[in-house]
Amino acid sequence: MTLIKTIISASAALIASAAMVVADPALIYDLGGKFDKSFNEAAYEGAEKWKAETGGNYNEIELQNEAQREQALRRFAENGNNPIVMAGFSFASSLSEVAPDFPETKFVIIDMVVDAPNVRSTVFKEEEGSYLVGMMAAMSADKAIGFVGGMDIPLIRRFACGYVLGARSVNPNIEILQNYTGTTYHAWNDPIKGGELTKAQIAQGADVVYHAAGGTGIGVLQAAADAGKLGIGVDKNQNHLQSGSVLTSMIKRVDLAVYNAFTDGADLTTGFEVMGLSNDGVGYAMDSHNASLVSADMQAAVEAAKAKIIAGEIQIHDALTDNSCPAS
Amino acid sequence: MKKLPTWIDILLIPLINLAIALFLSALVVLYIGEDPMDALSIMIKGAIGSSYGWGYTLYYATNFIFTGLAVSVAFHAKMFNIGGEGQAALGGLGVALVCLMFPWPHWILALPVAIIGGAVFGAAWAAIPAYLQAKRGSHIVITTIMFNFMASALLVYLLVNVLKAPGSMAPETGRFIEGARLPTGHDMLGWFGIKFSKSPPVNISFLISLLFCFFIWFLIWRTKLGYEIRAFGHSESAAKYAGISPIKIIMVSMLISGALAGLMGINSVMGESERLVIDSVQGAGFIGIAVALMGRSHPFGVLLAAILFGILYQGGAELALWTNIPRELIVVIQALVILLTGALDNMIRMPIERLYFKMVRAGT
Repeated sequence: MTLIKTIISASAALIASAAMVVADPALIYDLGGKFDKSFNEAAYEGAEKWKAETGGNYNEIELQNEAQREQALRRFAENGNNPIVMAGFSFASSLSEVAPDFPETKFVIIDMVVDAPNVRSTVFKEEEGSYLVGMMAAMSADKAIGFVGGMDIPLIRRFACGYVLGARSVNPNIEILQNYTGTTYHAWNDPIKGGELTKAQIAQGADVVYHAAGGTGIGVLQAAADAGKLGIGVDKNQNHLQSGSVLTSMIKRVDLAVYNAFTDGADLTTGFEVMGLSNDGVGYAMDSHNASLVSADMQAAVEAAKAKIIAGEIQIHDALTDNSCPAS
Repeated sequence: MKKLPTWIDILLIPLINLAIALFLSALVVLYIGEDPMDALSIMIKGAIGSSYGWGYTLYYATNFIFTGLAVSVAFHAKMFNIGGEGQAALGGLGVALVCLMFPWPHWILALPVAIIGGAVFGAAWAAIPAYLQAKRGSHIVITTIMFNFMASALLVYLLVNVLKAPGSMAPETGRFIEGARLPTGHDMLGWFGIKFSKSPPVNISFLISLLFCFFIWFLIWRTKLGYEIRAFGHSESAAKYAGISPIKIIMVSMLISGALAGLMGINSVMGESERLVIDSVQGAGFIGIAVALMGRSHPFGVLLAAILFGILYQGGAELALWTNIPRELIVVIQALVILLTGALDNMIRMPIERLYFKMVRAGT
């Protein structure tokens, strides 16, 4: 009995000491890890940009296993962190449990929708950006292009579907090779296998290979460059990783989503936030590393398509809505 | 050869090992520019300094007890079952199917069926490697580890294509209904009017895992079957000569082992996540091997080792939350403790043994 008493008083003391901390924002990375050169790192950069501009502090955690999702959310909320941003769709279920328990805390979830009064759901229209890089890939290739996905999940099929539709809009007969690295979380971090899949696709005639595979993509871009072919990066601008051998990168402004959330602070507006081509939430990257690879014609065609997508004249199928793609 | 007194054997030596491990970890922490005392106190306080910490520590420990027992039972028959990861994944699937299939009115009804579901699925996944070993001589290490990958691929297929909740992006099932959720530590202690933190996932499965510790002890040391398993493990040819069927022992010990691993599902799937996620096992299948080795394949040792690993896991999570120590280094710290307390046990034991006997001789 006395043991339990000590435990309770210790926990009370812990909560009391935690409550004195002022409201710093907090950021939770998904299992891929902070420095994945991709999704999580983009989130980190957004937070660092906010830190550099405001001089503020933030708490962060890299998860090690599934059980820590709810734990990290609750601990940061109890600690008084506000807002709490989580990078990844996998938090949806945990967040919908935790959010009602902390009505005063604002949560931001990226890549997924959670319907609660104190949650902002930021989703990206990856199919729009993928459509544009798909066009560019088809224009740079003779007869075949490739796609290497990370873990085989619906979200990545959305990238693949936009890419296929974009490529077919330019060249209806082009062959499109699609592979996924794996079926477990390890698939996000397996550059060796990514490289092997890329070599296999190149052997089958692919001239351009697009990856949506987190850390695995490093191997994809490397293998494409080694074979004298082109890669396409994802999430962050990865053009510089293999300068001159990366056609472009499908940029997904996760950093912007995090930066906006941190800047808005505890009073951020909740609800649904869609980041697409129209508000520069997604796009394709142009810089000195790929200037020679993208012709003026190519860029003009892509810009025209972009304008049409923004105007709603081109509707791109979202593979998530029905788990299928009209083209393959 | 004289024996060391028990208090040195089971108390002093592990404590010295732990102290050395913590010292080495402190050097690591110091090297990356953090305060080691701070880190240590966060880790210990976070793991055992509050009901919240205990809640998580015991939740992890429950997983490790099940997988540790699973490996232990197979060890007694000299079977190295490293397929706990896959068997637990399938066990989780069995538990989830039970929870999703029927409109359970109350957890008291759901739990026994879920236990059967988890055990049957886990055992079934162990049955094929066991059969191949018993009948064909295919090495159990190779087949069980292959089955881990097959389990993971099977689960991904089912979660992405069959079981995924409509509208969900993550490959996971919907939440189980109220009647299929287990009471947590908060609920259970609440029945007796004791306050316990609400957030940690420790649940009634912990008590069930303790029951199974007892069952397994009884099975291995107090029944005919347990005797046969141990006899077979010590010498296959002697066991055969005594009329013990190797096929039967291999099959039975592996089925029990798989069932125990599968039971982990009631803790992680039914108790914690309340839905089936893609990686419900969280590496506990492999940790179970270390737990069984450290616990010397005895249920009580497994219990203690599982709690130590629980402390390491939960303490590591707290470190990740409140310091800037990267998670890779947290794994290094955890590994140092495992290495020193488990694998390098003899490094400390031998000098202490010599020292002790020298002192005894000098004293007499």
